[in-house]
Amino acid sequence: MDLRYTAAEQTFRRELCAWLAATLPGVGAPPPHDDWPARRAYDLHWQRLLFDAGYAGVDWPAEGGGRGASPIEQLIFKEECERAGAPYVGVGFVGLLHAGPTIIAEGTPEQKGRYLPAILRGEEVWCQGFSEPDAGSDLASLRTRAVRDGDDYVVTGSKIWTSHAEVADYCELLVRTGDAGNRGISWLIMPMDTPGIEIRPLRTIEGTTEFAELFLNEVRVPVANRVGEENDGWRVTMVTLSFERGTAFVGELLECVRLLGEVRGIADRLGLLGDEGMVRRIGHLVAVFDALWALTKRNVSEAAQTGIPGIGGSVFKLSFSEHAQALGDLAVEVLDRAALCADPLDGPDGGALGNAEQLHAWFKSISLTIAAGTSQVQRNIVAERILGLPKAR
Amino acid sequence: MDFRVGDDQRELAEGIRSMLAGRMPLEHLRAREGNEQAIATDDWAALGETGVFALTLPEPSGTGLGLADAAVVFEELGRGLVPGPVVGTFLAASAGVVDGAAEGRAQVGVHTASRPPGPVLVEHLGVLEALLVLDADGPAQLLTPAPVGGAHRVEHPLDPLTPLWRLDALPFGGSVADDHGQLWRQGALLTAALQVGHAAAALELAVAYAKERHQFGKPIGSFQAVKHMCADMLVRAEVARAAVHAAACLSDAPDVVAAEAEAAGCAPGQMLERSVVGAKLLADEAALANARTSIQVHGGMGFTWEVPLHLHLKRARVLSTSFKTPADASAALAAYA
Repeated sequence: MDLRYTAAEQTFRRELCAWLAATLPGVGAPPPHDDWPARRAYDLHWQRLLFDAGYAGVDWPAEGGGRGASPIEQLIFKEECERAGAPYVGVGFVGLLHAGPTIIAEGTPEQKGRYLPAILRGEEVWCQGFSEPDAGSDLASLRTRAVRDGDDYVVTGSKIWTSHAEVADYCELLVRTGDAGNRGISWLIMPMDTPGIEIRPLRTIEGTTEFAELFLNEVRVPVANRVGEENDGWRVTMVTLSFERGTAFVGELLECVRLLGEVRGIADRLGLLGDEGMVRRIGHLVAVFDALWALTKRNVSEAAQTGIPGIGGSVFKLSFSEHAQALGDLAVEVLDRAALCADPLDGPDGGALGNAEQLHAWFKSISLTIAAGTSQVQRNIVAERILGLPKAR
Repeated sequence: MDFRVGDDQRELAEGIRSMLAGRMPLEHLRAREGNEQAIATDDWAALGETGVFALTLPEPSGTGLGLADAAVVFEELGRGLVPGPVVGTFLAASAGVVDGAAEGRAQVGVHTASRPPGPVLVEHLGVLEALLVLDADGPAQLLTPAPVGGAHRVEHPLDPLTPLWRLDALPFGGSVADDHGQLWRQGALLTAALQVGHAAAALELAVAYAKERHQFGKPIGSFQAVKHMCADMLVRAEVARAAVHAAACLSDAPDVVAAEAEAAGCAPGQMLERSVVGAKLLADEAALANARTSIQVHGGMGFTWEVPLHLHLKRARVLSTSFKTPADASAALAAYA
């Protein structure tokens, strides 16, 4: 057990901080949430800056064109980017965190050469076509059908929760090529300009269109676009999902630490720090977020030694998502009636109150116990795989 | 950085665990329930011989280990429900203020509750060589001999393995030189480590019972309602353990504390206090909530004297009232948001 960073890790941090300090002033403010073309341009520009500086795919292995940084360096990268207020991965999320790593692990040399450099350079955007209206937590029951016709698959069905679909160039698509169950699934690369794809934006409870539904009507996808063997897509998918549970929420955790400080500041400005109950809730979250940062270091250390993030990620996600919601609930209570307004308001001192950002974070927190494996599924995973309790489904 | 529990620490924990299982298994310890001396003199000496109180003393009198190693050992003491003033004796040994503490020849208590006008309750008082009185902000005081005059033994203490004495007031003692809250922080940290042990033991008992107890023709651990309670227990224990280990590692590494304090914009001492108080808070919560949840998983059996869960619950209650209570800890931490 040692929290000391090595000399190499400290050098990595120092160089990164210097680069961020020099680069970020020229990046500008992010575009509005609902302006997708502008968001695509902004996020890809940032990706290009990362690429030129050698930080693109910091978590990708060198043979995939990434930096091949150690898990500890990846943690430092996320920590310093969040601390410096750097842009988030944004529309690059699926390409950089899901599709790219899957192609590195399972793709052919041609697929790697065709798709990976464009993701790293910030030239192409990916979206994810996994979940379906009738296949959520039970993903292996998916029914979007792909039928072989010569050198193509003809794909018909529908997908849901597809982030960034409107601005994506490719979709990582799970289709049924065989029997029911997880042995009849294949993993395809679907160009989003193929005829037969209809995109319908899905409005969230916040009123924004972060997600879309995809309707696929006899979409022709070349067989050459299949990653892995036919009907072996479930195993290929598990490779993807293991990336999703590694250090995936580090940025969100550090964001919560920042938001908590702002909530305390708002409470102070509104004269609420005499309320012992409220003060204790703030202090409790300080302890929890500190502990989750320690747990992150533990999980990342595990990944650094074994190469696998392991299922410590489920433990982390269960606690983190619940406490991010506790923070959101605390924030809207501190804001009281100011949280009825999603437009920015001024505080009693004339300065911006910060209500809009806190309200946005509150909405986002509600999705955290659902997205990337509901808390109920996570508890099953923890109970069965870590504690060895019997399966009963 | 490598924040995994190291192989040597795992071996240390296993060594302590097997020593406890062989030398003082639960039924042996439970034979002293209600006794005014919670642990036999030779068992205490055995803890001393194993080096439990001298882990961080330099060789040859100690083993020259760090607080992270001590946290691993104290988790095992909690898991094994070892009674007696283990934290106070460790602190007295590490500060070198009571002869025989390091070797397990003396028992030294620790008292941290604030000094209200009413009666004072002190654990194990009748058998103590000395009593450390700790304050988060001031130097430690040592009352030696322990203030037994005018103390009355409590007839029905909450924890049958933690005898209690009642005094009208606590006298003032001499200050321990060179202490500026370190003993308080170490004591809070090791108490938190004990609590992680209680949280872990409650979880292990629940999981074992959920696998073997059948109802409706199935092990109850196959029901999601039970499974999810167990998963939540694991989450609480793991998060608290990470917090305790991080606080211990910080205490062992002044250079890391200095760097983190600078990044957070506070003094190194505050950084240490923040990590220790946070760890104590989460460990208290994990121990209390896991003991309660484990009782629920055990159903009616969990409510019996025979099943040891009440002992974990009661000890966790005792420990949660020393150093900072969860309420005081969370109030103190708000300043760091």
